[in-house]
Amino acid sequence: MRFQELRDVGDPVELGAAYSHAGADELVFLDVKATLEGRAALVGLVQRVSERLAIPFTVGGGVRSVADADQLLAAGADKVAVNSAALDRPTLVTELAQQLGTQAVVVAIDAEGGRVRSRAGTTETARTAVDWAREAESRGAGEILLTSIDADGTRAGYDLELTRSVSAAVGVPVIASGGAGGAEHVAEALQVAQAALLASILHEDPDRLTSLRAELHALGVPVRRVEVLHGA
Amino acid sequence: MRFAICEYGAGNVRSVELAFTRLGATRTDDVRVADLAILPGVGSARAAMAGLRSRGHDVALRERVVAGRPVFGICLGLQLALDWTAEDDGVDGLGLLRGRSLRLKEGRVPRMGWAEVDDRGAFYFAHSYAASTPAASAWSEGVVAEVRAGSFLGCQFHPEKSGEVGARYLAGVLEEARSLSLA
Repeated sequence: MRFQELRDVGDPVELGAAYSHAGADELVFLDVKATLEGRAALVGLVQRVSERLAIPFTVGGGVRSVADADQLLAAGADKVAVNSAALDRPTLVTELAQQLGTQAVVVAIDAEGGRVRSRAGTTETARTAVDWAREAESRGAGEILLTSIDADGTRAGYDLELTRSVSAAVGVPVIASGGAGGAEHVAEALQVAQAALLASILHEDPDRLTSLRAELHALGVPVRRVEVLHGA
Repeated sequence: MRFAICEYGAGNVRSVELAFTRLGATRTDDVRVADLAILPGVGSARAAMAGLRSRGHDVALRERVVAGRPVFGICLGLQLALDWTAEDDGVDGLGLLRGRSLRLKEGRVPRMGWAEVDDRGAFYFAHSYAASTPAASAWSEGVVAEVRAGSFLGCQFHPEKSGEVGARYLAGVLEEARSLSLA
């Protein structure tokens, strides 16, 4: 189970700052074990990371209420991601959207074989990713962060079939996640999704972001021009 | 330079504060005396307007604009400065400039992500509504990206989330506010 091979890849504050300087378009911080371990995401850490960023910052992990979300936004997050708690109680998405605005609400979906799993992939649910994405949108999700458990960790490319089906089912932006091995995979994902998430290949080598941007540009993918003014 | 942020009890204004303090400006709580008043952009229109009114920011901002003193609106802050927004079944705005805010009709909504603003580079957007106004001064993919009317300046994008390009934009906002307060 690739999803279970979670590794400690370093100080999130320094990593976040390095990515921001190197031209990441956005930073997503998921405390994936928060629900499993029954704790809220690390508010203090979110504050320290956000102080070093000048790019959008999404935080998730253990968010179970509007109060949890408010705490993260007050600590400097721009958006909150919800996963297991929204599956347990879908009205959470509605409450968050009413209070924070849809643009601040990301519904994260982990899917295996097209079906949703909760609690960091450890628990089956009765839902398909497509149906849950549709419901999340109707309840006020502003973005869908879609992770393929099948593709995650393979570095063989994003799960294009899953991503295409979810993206076609909703009108909000979809962020593809899981499986990135190189620039060509990102380019493929951006054909069917509005954004692509990179994780392990960057954590191993943060400088890879700069070369990836150049490779994407060479592949004809529009990448924003970034001036790196500070040495990371 | 002293700036004030018109808080209305929603969302993250910390990034706006950080962005301006990084540029050497100092935050003050008094919207009336600040060199620059900032109307940030978070939350939903109805709650935001109610929050602005209950804190007296609506009156303070109108007085500033009448007196030709700088006001800067970001995202929802721009939309609330108009006469009216279609959000939340229709909400009257501050009327600091003519125009209305309407729901986006094309593409994915909310419109999230980086987009070019004329020839100024890419900025970060996160919005479902956009201004329709004669005061438009910059565009992004057919959407009004910036408005100017008297001493009011508003942007639909989030400069505080737009990296170095955004920081440069905010430095320009401070520079304009400085020259307006000297005039």
